[in-house]
Amino acid sequence: MWSYIVRRIFQGLFTLLIITVLCFLLTRFSGDPLAQYATNPRMSAEDKEALRERLGLNDPLYVQYFKWLGLAVQGDLGQSFFAKQPVSEMIGTRLPNTLILMFTAEIITVSFALLLGIISAVKQYSLTDNIITTFSFIGFSVPIFFSALGLMLIFAVQFKEWGLPYLPTGAAVWDKSDPVEYIKNLILPVSALALVNTAGYSRFVRTSILEVLGQDYIRTARAKGLNGRTVLFKHALRNAALPLVTIVGLDIPFLLGGAIVTESVYSWPGMGRLFWEYAQRSDYPVVLGILLIISTAVVVLTIVTDVIYTFVDPRIKLG
Amino acid sequence: MATDIASLDTPVLGRETVGKALTPGQLIWRRFLKHRMAVAGMISFTLLMLFIILGSFYISEKEANAVDLQIRLSAPSQEHWFGTDDTGRDIFSRIIHGGQISLFVGLTAVTLSVTLGTLIGGLAGYFGGWLDTILMRFTEAMLSIPQLFLLIVLGKFIGRNIDTITLFGKTVSGSVLIVICVIGLTSWMALARIVRANVLSLKEMDYVSVSTSLGSSKLRTFFKHLIPNTMGVIIVASTLGLAGAILNEAYVSFLGLGIQSPTASWGNMLTAAQTYVQKGSWWMWVSPSTFIILTILSVNLMGDGLRDAFDPRSNRHL
Repeated sequence: MWSYIVRRIFQGLFTLLIITVLCFLLTRFSGDPLAQYATNPRMSAEDKEALRERLGLNDPLYVQYFKWLGLAVQGDLGQSFFAKQPVSEMIGTRLPNTLILMFTAEIITVSFALLLGIISAVKQYSLTDNIITTFSFIGFSVPIFFSALGLMLIFAVQFKEWGLPYLPTGAAVWDKSDPVEYIKNLILPVSALALVNTAGYSRFVRTSILEVLGQDYIRTARAKGLNGRTVLFKHALRNAALPLVTIVGLDIPFLLGGAIVTESVYSWPGMGRLFWEYAQRSDYPVVLGILLIISTAVVVLTIVTDVIYTFVDPRIKLG
Repeated sequence: MATDIASLDTPVLGRETVGKALTPGQLIWRRFLKHRMAVAGMISFTLLMLFIILGSFYISEKEANAVDLQIRLSAPSQEHWFGTDDTGRDIFSRIIHGGQISLFVGLTAVTLSVTLGTLIGGLAGYFGGWLDTILMRFTEAMLSIPQLFLLIVLGKFIGRNIDTITLFGKTVSGSVLIVICVIGLTSWMALARIVRANVLSLKEMDYVSVSTSLGSSKLRTFFKHLIPNTMGVIIVASTLGLAGAILNEAYVSFLGLGIQSPTASWGNMLTAAQTYVQKGSWWMWVSPSTFIILTILSVNLMGDGLRDAFDPRSNRHL
């Protein structure tokens, strides 16, 4: 067991090393980070060259990479060219907002998916099941921006027009320290994410419950005279929920991608929008910092998911 | 005597076995046709294709890109069935021409990613050793960066201003090529893993050792025996990948980093919609999203049907 965990950690570190090289090369050459000075009349060509020299942009590439990596390992992600702030500070203020958005959405998604999946599996081929299946199939094909814009159109724009209580679109400036305002602004982005993600998950729950319900031990449990509810929740659901752990764990990168769109539609002050804004400015320390944090999270989560899985499912043999 | 032998060749047991034995392709096609939802998906996909292809014979690209500020943001009417956008361009015409771009990008990007995925996964699985280690670590690294982040970074990396290009007699923004590369280069990883797993199990099969012992080179065995036998997985993955590619085009264009105006795509039509939805122009949002969803839904349904047809044991409950 422990040797397995240690091996996974070393593999993960190696993967992270490849990721840093890949991301460094991609971001370092995605445009001129000093482009913002291009139209500045007070900066002469010599000044710009001096600035380049001072920022180390003229060093050989591997020197730049190792300098960055050396500092990054110590938690220093460098300075933003545009905002002239430390990158870790910028990410630090945005990260909690993204995490709140994602976790709220994920909790709602998983609860609804379990509910719908169980109903659909227990009443297989009934009208309810068919309706849920149809909706989940459509929902599975819906892009995040569709639900995000649609919810905004209905609950923010139309409700306001009809004189009903409406939700903010996030476009106006709002006080981020006021909890009531915060929750009000959180409702729509969370619903947009949950609406789309529930679809795929509920289909998954349905399939895995149906698979478990066909097993011999469920028949045994029924034959013992246990009632349907006990069989479903004590025997079937426990085993059916196992694969869900993996799916949720492995979906994190996908969810983060959805967060870029949702955050940009609702002007949510999260990390996804920060990434998008600074990618457009070719401000590579910020972009690189966010990529590093996210992919580290993904690598760590993958390992944690695998390890948890081997703990909760004793059938898995470690090779 | 001859007739007797001929009659032995055509047994009369059941309808399925009458006449010549079915090829695997025919069997798969039959199973696909039995999947009602998949057939529905195929029909609606065909209709969508016909609409955007035939439509361009009636409405030229010029009309789709014609700006008329006098009628900007007008709601759907007899004149403009789907309304007009923020510069007065007819949304109906842009759906047709944008659809061509979206589908073209989807198809070419999938071709690129499937080729990459098959080669990388196949070579890693077949040759093993250090090649396998390097390729699979690289695959894992790419998989660990969320795709949309990768799309944005790679888009910025490749993206310089490319001149307009001519495509099927249309003049389109060079950003189309960038988007194709970016999507193709960021979506091969899942398939590479599947192909590798498949090849790993296939290469232990007897026919592979027969092929090598008869003197086939490793590469010949790889391309003639292993790849054709993973075709099922590859076809299913490319169908589902097409849905993903169309969606990804929509995402990057929606964020303003994809296909550049005036060339329309379903994704970039929604970029402007984002601002105007807040001001109540719902029609700018409705038609592009409806077409995206319909296309993706049809392709996903077809993919599901194909998966069941290639592997009848999978998804028996659904």
